[in-house]
Amino acid sequence: MTEGAVTTGAAMGGSPLLDVRGLVARYPVRGVAGVRRWRERPVVHAVEGVSLTVAAGEIVALVGESGCGKTTTAQAVLRMLAPDAGSVLLRGRDITRLSHRELRPLRREMQMIYQDPYESLDPRFRVRDAVAEPLIIHRLAAAGAERHELVVGALELVGLTPPELYLDRFPHELSGGQRQRVAIAAAMIVQPRLLVADEPVSMLDVSVRAGILALLDTLRRDGLGVLMITHDLSTAAHHADRICVMYLGRIVEQGPASAVVHSPAHPYTRALLSAVPRRDPRAWAAPEVLPGELPDPVRPPRGCGFHPRCPVAVPECSAVLPRLRAAGPAAHLAACHLIADVQATDGAG
Amino acid sequence: MTAAATLEVRDLHVWFGLGHGRELHAVRGISLALRPGERLGLVGESGCGKTTAILALMGLLPPTASVSGQVLLGGENIMARGEATLRPHRWRDIAMVFQGAMNAFNPVRTIGAQIAEPMRLHATVPRKAIPARVAELLELVGIPASRASRYPHEFSGGMRQRAALAMALACSPRVLLADEPTTALDVIVQAQILELLRSVTEELGLAMIFVSHDLPAVAVICHRAAVMYAGQVAEEGPVPSLLRDPRHPYTRMLFGATPDLWEGSAAQPIPGAPPRLDRPIIGCSFAPRCDRVMGHCQEQRPDWLQVAEDRFAACHLNAGLPAAQVQP
Repeated sequence: MTEGAVTTGAAMGGSPLLDVRGLVARYPVRGVAGVRRWRERPVVHAVEGVSLTVAAGEIVALVGESGCGKTTTAQAVLRMLAPDAGSVLLRGRDITRLSHRELRPLRREMQMIYQDPYESLDPRFRVRDAVAEPLIIHRLAAAGAERHELVVGALELVGLTPPELYLDRFPHELSGGQRQRVAIAAAMIVQPRLLVADEPVSMLDVSVRAGILALLDTLRRDGLGVLMITHDLSTAAHHADRICVMYLGRIVEQGPASAVVHSPAHPYTRALLSAVPRRDPRAWAAPEVLPGELPDPVRPPRGCGFHPRCPVAVPECSAVLPRLRAAGPAAHLAACHLIADVQATDGAG
Repeated sequence: MTAAATLEVRDLHVWFGLGHGRELHAVRGISLALRPGERLGLVGESGCGKTTAILALMGLLPPTASVSGQVLLGGENIMARGEATLRPHRWRDIAMVFQGAMNAFNPVRTIGAQIAEPMRLHATVPRKAIPARVAELLELVGIPASRASRYPHEFSGGMRQRAALAMALACSPRVLLADEPTTALDVIVQAQILELLRSVTEELGLAMIFVSHDLPAVAVICHRAAVMYAGQVAEEGPVPSLLRDPRHPYTRMLFGATPDLWEGSAAQPIPGAPPRLDRPIIGCSFAPRCDRVMGHCQEQRPDWLQVAEDRFAACHLNAGLPAAQVQP
């Protein structure tokens, strides 16, 4: 039914699949200790000016600690919440100001999978119903035979073969990895262009994680754009084309995955990388254990949000907010006043 | 080894009644020995029985569970008469840090009051000295003592995990059981907690069993590791040699499924799923997923063999070596 619309959309060309520009999302809070309500209305600064792009056939990882704003960013991308400023362009079209009616056909193009496949599937739905549900919501494939064919196709796509073995099972009869595959099948059945994956493997056993990531990789090769939210840098390093590192609502570093992992420019990225346990413990001799935890996003620090924990902060860091600037070749950017100095130190060390 | 062990587990079995006469054999005969000050990792996929095994040591399993085997604490079998012999030791000699630090605390009582609770129950510290001891414990785990009057919701995940550790240490136990203490935490906080567990156990001379599915986390803080599969220990040994030269295919494949940030090779999934534990398992439980399976693996359960100095494994690939005395 929307074939015509899809062709016109593709003909627009030029613009990336997803283009997020200067996204700001704040939540009002009540009853925060120490904030006088009649003077200022306290807000959580969840996302403060995030810009990123995802091209068709690209996996972009959004990496950061809990509370850094990565899930809020994803929710704003999917218009699950209205951003306070900035815009989200899907194939060149700004979706931030669209009405719900105008948005509905576009929802089909962006699907989401969640962290916990135990929670995201309805326990009373058989696999065939869970996977067919999006077809019903988007009023696609009304005829039973056609629907069945699409469900079987989606199960084959995610590697649940032979599909007949899975169609009539309930979620509790499936393993965690199989459940996540069902969730991916339900997302893929409406042929989205963008998949937002919020921690897609962090609840799964290590033995099945690699299989799910390989599946996302296959789907990407067929042209799907993937925005993967994760706190696991090892996953991002191996499976993403580009990595965006978030800290306290802002992107502090972004670039090709190998550049971010092998020559990190921001002190936060370097601390994050050093904290990742290695397969070989001898290689993890001295993690850079950062003092403290993420600051309160209701009252973010002045200047660079990372300066209270930063091992190399200078006075400027507590006064001036650093902008993203070139930190290496090929669109490798970082927001740190010390970029030149940090690199010089690295060379000397 | 037996004489010097702080905690020794001999042939521990746990069954869960499923009703209608059916039962699930969750822990199928494990034996472990923990030397003083030693940190032992218990690794495996979800459902392999690692958490069930340590809950059995604490006597915290639900009433549907039945347990057999011996748990020797300083030579005394604390399982001899069930709850009666276990209770005096729980929290006093053997304490536990739980998986969800988020939910381990009562939300309407202060952190300080909850850390004081085991001391009041067991009267290990004179009543008047309790506040000072709470302050001392908080400082030990890196929380300012002034925070004792705060409530759990005022603490972040990492702080709650630190407070949970302070509570476990309240009665100066000899053995600490830590069940996935870093699983829900971010990498930086995880690194902080791992470092804290290492330094605290070192400082207090505590022996620890660290349960985790995260092989790298076990590798960085444990001296030895026992790899569990389907309710049994598949392989055990000192961490460096276990990782360098795994003698059970499951250890090798689990290691291969773990992604590494700087290593070029992508992680390889292990095909298949662990066996159901509500049915008898014939032969080696890992045989259906094993990449080096042989004919008799399907029929014959492999013996627990000593494969090198201080190294044990249950795999037919090590056949020809003398059977170990440790596990029946």
